[in-house]
Amino acid sequence: MATAAPERTVKAGWWESFYQGLTYRGYEGHWAWIFHRVTGLGVLLFLTLHIVDIFLLTLGPGVFNSLLALYKAPAARILDVFLLFGVLFHAVNGLRIVIIDFWPHATRAHKAIFWAEVAVFLIVFVPSALVLLAPLFGWGGGAQS
Amino acid sequence: MRPSSAERASSGSFELFAWLFMRISGVILLGMAVFHLFYMHFVFGVERMNFNTIGARWQNPLWRVFDFFLLAFALFHGFNGLRVVLDDYLSQRPGWRVLAKTLVFVLVVGLMSIGGYVIFTFPAAANLAAVP
Repeated sequence: MATAAPERTVKAGWWESFYQGLTYRGYEGHWAWIFHRVTGLGVLLFLTLHIVDIFLLTLGPGVFNSLLALYKAPAARILDVFLLFGVLFHAVNGLRIVIIDFWPHATRAHKAIFWAEVAVFLIVFVPSALVLLAPLFGWGGGAQS
Repeated sequence: MRPSSAERASSGSFELFAWLFMRISGVILLGMAVFHLFYMHFVFGVERMNFNTIGARWQNPLWRVFDFFLLAFALFHGFNGLRVVLDDYLSQRPGWRVLAKTLVFVLVVGLMSIGGYVIFTFPAAANLAAVP
């Protein structure tokens, strides 16, 4: 970091700095950091929406139930998969951060821990996403979720 | 990352508290938020969800307490995360930083108020008979 030429970074356009942001370190830890930040902001956006939509209960059953139809639309299931991805990745990766923060010895195996995290994430995420998407493909007899 | 001893000394105890809070609330949310998402999608069911079924769920005051703690932990964890991100990207723009952090503060107070209000005032008992 200290040896980086400052004039180059300062003059970089947004695309170049975006590219540098994705690649300047690369590898597992950097990608985990990027995904942690993006999923965190995404889940926070949904949390804000979710608090507002539950508050709309105060408008009474007529308004609330008709607005709830938005969440029951087929397209909402695809957004649900994004939400599931964000919550699960942020949760499992956050657990990795906690383990490494409180047990510094684990840094010796940080790449192995990252790939174990990816395995745990996929084992939970893939079947759950398929169940969420099943009605879109006409699997499982429809409204099971 | 864990704050170094120099960072801890220079930034006072608030940042250390915020760092610890993120770890503790994060582990709590790993249980509560993941449970909430899976329970509402795969046990309760989005298709079954409406004004009456939500009221019926809140018949049990323990669900109101659960939802309130989930709201509080998620809100403070999420917006403290946003505060850290804003510090990262607005470190050279003090005016924008103050504006953004003011907005974060207003959002936390506002969302905590409307969320807590609806969780504890929604009249569940009135809807008991209408539950399918």
